[in-house]
Amino acid sequence: MTALLNRRQLLAAGAAVLAGGTLARAHNGTVHVTIDKLAFQPAEIEVKAGETIEWTNRDPFAHTATVKGGWEVSIPPGKSATHVVTADDSVDYYCRFHPNMTGRIKVIA
Amino acid sequence: MKTLICALSAACLALAATLAVAADKPTDPQIAHIAYSAGVIDVEAAKLALSKTKNPDVTAFAQSMQKDHEAVNDMALALVKKLGVTPEDNPTSRALAKASEEKRAELGKLDGAAFDKAYIDNEVAYHREVNGALETLLIPSAQNPELKSLLETGLKLFQGHEQHAEHVAAGLK
Ligand SMILES: [Cu+2]
Repeated sequence: MTALLNRRQLLAAGAAVLAGGTLARAHNGTVHVTIDKLAFQPAEIEVKAGETIEWTNRDPFAHTATVKGGWEVSIPPGKSATHVVTADDSVDYYCRFHPNMTGRIKVIA
Repeated sequence: MKTLICALSAACLALAATLAVAADKPTDPQIAHIAYSAGVIDVEAAKLALSKTKNPDVTAFAQSMQKDHEAVNDMALALVKKLGVTPEDNPTSRALAKASEEKRAELGKLDGAAFDKAYIDNEVAYHREVNGALETLLIPSAQNPELKSLLETGLKLFQGHEQHAEHVAAGLK
């Protein structure tokens, strides 16, 4: 059963890589998201509660990571900003100043 | 000939006519001038808004317009310098400038909530118009790949501004 599940997870991960590698996992407790030319890269991340997301803004424009009705992180031009993931952070987020910029966080066990 | 969906009231016909009689395709020096002028116009509108509005959402929007358009125009200036291109004034730039002067005069007469609404509505319309011009005329006409790439970044930025303006407009009800 466990082996089956693992195999299925592996297949899912493989599919994600084939689909363009949009899913990123944390290294050393931090998952990095780069903002370049008004896009979150990767747009979709998987994190565990307690891990840190770090956004690095390579644009000369101020951006945010904003969850509707929830938290907001300001990411000034050329700077980085972080958010510590909580269990209920499986969310879609966007930039308040440029709502066409969108990202997704998935909290995994 | 590409036409623009023109949302600026009085100068609309003038602008459409100008684009219709302009040479089929603007050159890179003309494109640079048009894009730069479009940015300057929105910075001027933002400054007017910041001098008039008391609404925090409108203030935040106008501050964002001023900073973003100044930043992208700085990128444009650095690029034309690097490429040795001199931006060239042209009928489209002049029509844009004329339309925006008229709009600013109109907005200048308004105050309070009436100003906020007119400013934000015009920002929605203006960004929509500029994005239409970028998509259908300026980006396809641009010859230099770096200029084209900067225009594409500009389009994403201004599409974001259009959505931001729509959000602010929805909150002004
Ligand atoms: Cu943004």
